[in-house]
Amino acid sequence: MQDILKQYETVTQADVKEWFFVGNVSDFPENSGACIKYKTKQIAVYNFTRTSQWYACQNLCPHKMEMVLSLGMIGDKDGIPKVACPMHKKNFSLKDGSNLGGEDLKIATYPVKIENGNVYIGFSD
Amino acid sequence: MKKIIVVGNGMVGYKFCEKFVAQAESKNFKLTVFGEEPRPAYDRVHLSEYFGNQDAKALEMAPREWYENHNIELITNERITAIHRSSKKVSTIKDEHYKYDYLLLATGSAPFVPNITGVEKKGIFVYRTIEDLEAMLEYADKLKTTNSDKVRAAVLGGGLLGLEAAKAVMDMGFEPHVVEFAPKLMPRQLDTRASKVLQEKIESLGINVHLSKATNKILGDETITGMEFGEYDKIDVEMLVISAGIRPRDELAKTCHLEMGTRGGIVVNDRMQTSDPEIYAIGEVVLYNQMIYGLVAPGYDMAHVAVNQIIGNSDVLMQRDIDMSTKLKLIGVDVASYGEPFMPVEKGYSIIYENKTKNLYKRINVSHDGKSLLGGILVGDASEYNMFHQIYLNGLPIPEDAEELILGSRGEGGSSFGSVMDIPDVAQVCSCESVTKGDICCSITEGDCQNLGDVISKTKATTGCGGCKPMVVDLVNETLKSLGKEVKETLCEHFSFNRQELYDLVKINKVSDYEEALNLFGEGHGCEICKPALASIFATITMETPNRQVAIQDTNDKFLANIQRNGTYSVVPRVAGGEITPDQLITIGAVAKKYDLYTKITGGQRIDLFGAQIHELPLIWKELIDAGFESGHAYGKSLRTVKSCVGSTWCRYGMHESVTFAIEIENRYKGLRSPHKLKGGVSGCIRECAEARGKDFGLIAVEGGWNLYVCGNGGATPKHAILFAEQLDDKTAIKYLDRFLMYYIRTAGPLVRTAPWLDKLEGGIEYLKQVIIEDSLGIADELEIEMQGLVNKYECEWKQAIENPEMMKRFKHFVNSDDTDDNLVFVPMREQKMPKAWT
Ligand code: SRM
Ligand SMILES: Cc1cc2nc3c(=O)[nH]c(=O)nc-3n(C[C@H](O)[C@H](O)[C@H](O)COP(=O)(O)OP(=O)(O)OC[C@H]3O[C@@H](n4cnc5c(N)ncnc54)[C@H](O)[C@@H]3O)c2cc1C
Ligand code: SF4
Ligand code: FES
Repeated sequence: MQDILKQYETVTQADVKEWFFVGNVSDFPENSGACIKYKTKQIAVYNFTRTSQWYACQNLCPHKMEMVLSLGMIGDKDGIPKVACPMHKKNFSLKDGSNLGGEDLKIATYPVKIENGNVYIGFSD
Repeated sequence: MKKIIVVGNGMVGYKFCEKFVAQAESKNFKLTVFGEEPRPAYDRVHLSEYFGNQDAKALEMAPREWYENHNIELITNERITAIHRSSKKVSTIKDEHYKYDYLLLATGSAPFVPNITGVEKKGIFVYRTIEDLEAMLEYADKLKTTNSDKVRAAVLGGGLLGLEAAKAVMDMGFEPHVVEFAPKLMPRQLDTRASKVLQEKIESLGINVHLSKATNKILGDETITGMEFGEYDKIDVEMLVISAGIRPRDELAKTCHLEMGTRGGIVVNDRMQTSDPEIYAIGEVVLYNQMIYGLVAPGYDMAHVAVNQIIGNSDVLMQRDIDMSTKLKLIGVDVASYGEPFMPVEKGYSIIYENKTKNLYKRINVSHDGKSLLGGILVGDASEYNMFHQIYLNGLPIPEDAEELILGSRGEGGSSFGSVMDIPDVAQVCSCESVTKGDICCSITEGDCQNLGDVISKTKATTGCGGCKPMVVDLVNETLKSLGKEVKETLCEHFSFNRQELYDLVKINKVSDYEEALNLFGEGHGCEICKPALASIFATITMETPNRQVAIQDTNDKFLANIQRNGTYSVVPRVAGGEITPDQLITIGAVAKKYDLYTKITGGQRIDLFGAQIHELPLIWKELIDAGFESGHAYGKSLRTVKSCVGSTWCRYGMHESVTFAIEIENRYKGLRSPHKLKGGVSGCIRECAEARGKDFGLIAVEGGWNLYVCGNGGATPKHAILFAEQLDDKTAIKYLDRFLMYYIRTAGPLVRTAPWLDKLEGGIEYLKQVIIEDSLGIADELEIEMQGLVNKYECEWKQAIENPEMMKRFKHFVNSDDTDDNLVFVPMREQKMPKAWT
């Protein structure tokens, strides 16, 4: 079970080895999230239409190991883009994956690239 | 540099250190503290919280670093065994010797254990230290594993502490028994009638009370099996907690012949000096005015005095009469006694109000001239405690007719004393941390405190026993108001309005969606609080379904199903009134079988199918809808179920057709979104098999119509619905329901059910009756029309969804693949399946 968690590690723009195509902008609901598959990984992708920003993170909530974060409601806390897990409403920053309630839960985040209407997620493996 | 040795690192010993290092003069002293317990001082007052979280750190008064940072030498786990006054030395259990210039004894007290035969047996505990609680928990686990049926645990002593201990053992899952020697509970604080009221309330909580019982024997061989009072008078218990009072830990004073009370306690003067002027003593170990004080607040005052005496402010003395007012915490019954609870006739007279049906008892003791409040007792509702306590402490004026204090002035109800702002600035609001009203208000007016949080961290108020919290909150709010700073409940950081205001704003301005609302009245980008709240507001204005603004729905509403532990969903078709045909049962069975769903009868008289994957939901619902089913809205903050009993249709006692009416009502309000979920019930007679009084609205058949009850619920804090109107015909019942529900939907806060909503509603049930029945606000028609409008607009949101390909898009696990979630693992369970637990 732990190894499910292990396979998720934050990827920064710098260490992207592959920009993986996951669909058209229109495939992703506005101002909410959706889930994509990359190899064995499940990645939550969020389309902040309001700020025309995109974010991606692991779909696995580290709290109870549930594959649910893409279903969470998104918004901001003091300007920090965040997702609230649908299970127990734990809040995670989509900028750095930290838990906004100050607990030591962390999620891996991934860079998103939009190129002529296509959505790509950056991976290093 | 002078050496101070503090013996005892408990609450008061710590408070001494805290107050001492705050003094500039403290630089000229070296402080060494000895504590017998393994850990630094912790908050004994809230010891019981340890049962909940078992987090000792959380109870610490201050971490070890704190002592280091203030260069206090803290030596824990080391008892002082002797004092040598001639050489001014103390020796420790390890036979090490330390020199002192001043010695401070803060050794507190130990639980008093009466020498009953058998008291040494296993399974008997005291209630003072974290170690005591750890031992209890460990023993409790053993008991639970070995005993199949309910374990009985007794508490010896029905005082403040005993009752707290009783609640603790109850929370441990035991059957609690309180054994008290006196003929009443809390004999030191309460008069007989007050105790009686308290006793009834406590028994209703499931705590058994045995009064006037002198335990003469503990039964059992090695471990306790029972207690014997008289020859034929005994109870069986597997565990016993002794809380029979305290004995000062004055053994050290004996070793060096300091003056002591005949019944123990180290005698001190009003400078906290013992008979040896270089040895001070404070806290529960002390005998001051021939009294031992078993409360923190006096101990803290003593610490304050001792600090000042040692650094040379010799004019700071201990006050003569000490306030022993107390409020029982955390047992779930309000009990408070302040000042002089009993009234010797020569001093004054008493006014007593008692209401047995409500378990209420209020007593005030007033001086003969009727001008001042000398003390009193509150049982059942102690919300006025802080105010009374202040009036008593500061000798504030009381109404001409003193009874108005507890009965409220005639005509307009409610207690009739001024606002918290009337109390003088010197009034001590938080006695644990001795914080005055002035300190609190100034921290805002002069200091830089902006809100309650700031004030608490600045003044430390409420951080002791917490009893003063309500008053501190009022003071902070009033002060902020007086500065023109508005204090109002707001939805979240994105909307500085409450739900009712937003409801009106959206309605009046005909706002069409969340984004517009956020742009017009909000800021930032929203969150999981304001999105669903507004979703609910839109739904209750236009009856729109969650299919329109998907992005702002709670996850359950988003997928029109309740998300389950492993991320699968449950399916609950509506079964109005719980009436279901064999064919409908067969359909549900067939669908459940086909999709391999765990099937259960819910507590809401219908059937729940668990374990559906997101992509299966539309398929499942298609089949159910084709067979004539509709969404049961089990996922929504909306009408859930209207439970029924079989009623006159079959039942030999039935007075009316409860099923028929339940079905009519459920179908009328189905799909109705509301601040929280709504549940109803209809019973065919007063036997109440439908549990209608456990619901937000309930109808019970009586001679000549229906009795309507409102604002009940089960769940976390059960409340019986209150009788609202009697002998209504069907039409009137529905009319009142329309008005009641619409009024609730308009005015309640998010996630506030009808019962707590009513609690907060000014004027309470009587006011509600005026609005709904007498139409005092002249909005009745409006409410009815609005409700009828919503009823007319109803459509099944699942039908809507499966008929619209756009809406169907979201019922898919991956955007970029048709695979399903391969992390799902189910394990067999009886004849069915359940999700495999991750952790
Ligand atoms: C399925 C069911 C238990 C069962 O197997 O019987 C159930 C299941 C849940 N209840 Fe319940 N409650 C169910 C009947 C009840 C009842 C009994 C009743 O309705 O007569 C009560 C007490 C009565 C009442 O509500 O006043 C009840 C009091 C609660 C509460 C506490 C509400 C409160 O005001 O304190 C919650 C928590 C909440 O809503 O905040 C809750 C919350 C829940 C949730 C939604 C928790 C969650 O968020 O997952 C559960 C999910 C339902 C699901 O997945 O389908 N459930 N729940 C029952 C479904 C009834 C139905 O057919 O719709
Ligand atoms: C469960 C519980 C609930 C309570 N609730 C309330 C309440 O609601 N309100 C209220 O006002 N009060 C309450 N009290 C009472 C309050 O906790 C005490 O009044 C307070 O702790 C007294 O502080 P103290 O420092 O005098 O004694 P203690 O806190 O007992 O500290 C004395 C310390 O000295 C140590 N010691 C003793 N002898 C030696 C020695 N020879 N050498 C070294 N160390 C020694 C002891 O181990 C102990 O750690 C409660 C008490 C309990 C147990
Ligand atoms: S409530 Fe009364 S009428 Fe209805 S089933 Fe129960 S006993 Fe029968
Ligand atoms: S599983 Fe995400 S908050 Fe608990």
